[in-house]
Amino acid sequence: MTDFLARLYKPKVPLLWWLSKPSYTAFVLRELSSLFVAWFVAYLLLLALAVGAGEAEYRRFLDLSANPFLIALNVVSFAFVLYHAVTFINLTPQAMVVRLRGRRVPGPLLTASIYVAWLVVSAFLAWLVVG
Amino acid sequence: MAKPRTTVEPYVWLMFSGGGVIAALTFPVLLFLLGVAIPLGWVSPPDHGHLLAVLSHPLTRLGLVVMCAMALVHAAHRLRFTLQDGLQLHKYHALLATVAYGGALAGAIAAGYVMFVVL
Repeated sequence: MTDFLARLYKPKVPLLWWLSKPSYTAFVLRELSSLFVAWFVAYLLLLALAVGAGEAEYRRFLDLSANPFLIALNVVSFAFVLYHAVTFINLTPQAMVVRLRGRRVPGPLLTASIYVAWLVVSAFLAWLVVG
Repeated sequence: MAKPRTTVEPYVWLMFSGGGVIAALTFPVLLFLLGVAIPLGWVSPPDHGHLLAVLSHPLTRLGLVVMCAMALVHAAHRLRFTLQDGLQLHKYHALLATVAYGGALAGAIAAGYVMFVVL
């Protein structure tokens, strides 16, 4: 019976509920970072295509990427992707229990080690791109 | 006690989380370099030959396909729930899920095609 009544109960939520509190807005903005993640996948694939198509196409891609609108879009995307990265890493201790020799790794230590890994991965990728 | 239902949802959440980790660790530096620093001239663009050599390595290609596919599943999963809860579109949850995961699948196939067929 309770189940049945619970299914009938449909609370009305306003469309812009996420603007009512800063923490809700921050949450929805973090969720929107997914759009910019998808955009960067497309950008990366276009770059790979241009590189594969030869030097002239690669130059054309570089010119295109210097377009102010594209730079603006990429600056905004970078801010969102960074926001995603920081919030994702900071949440890890709450989402995952890591045990080492039977003892739980304390949250701050886990977070710190992921930041170190982030640094190492970033340095490696920067080396790979710029050479 | 009711028999636990088997759903694919845990696996989608697993891929969401894996894609989130990949995007968090790899996207900021790549986006900063390729989308901001190089276009603004802060860092000089890499030679075409260098990038082609990096892209020619099978591990780079495999890594990029995995990275793109996982990040897209992550983005699709997040976007699906953002639209569903943020804009109160619960009625269309099946359609939203189809479009979101379908889009991610199409993107993953495109990434595989670019890396292993075109290049």
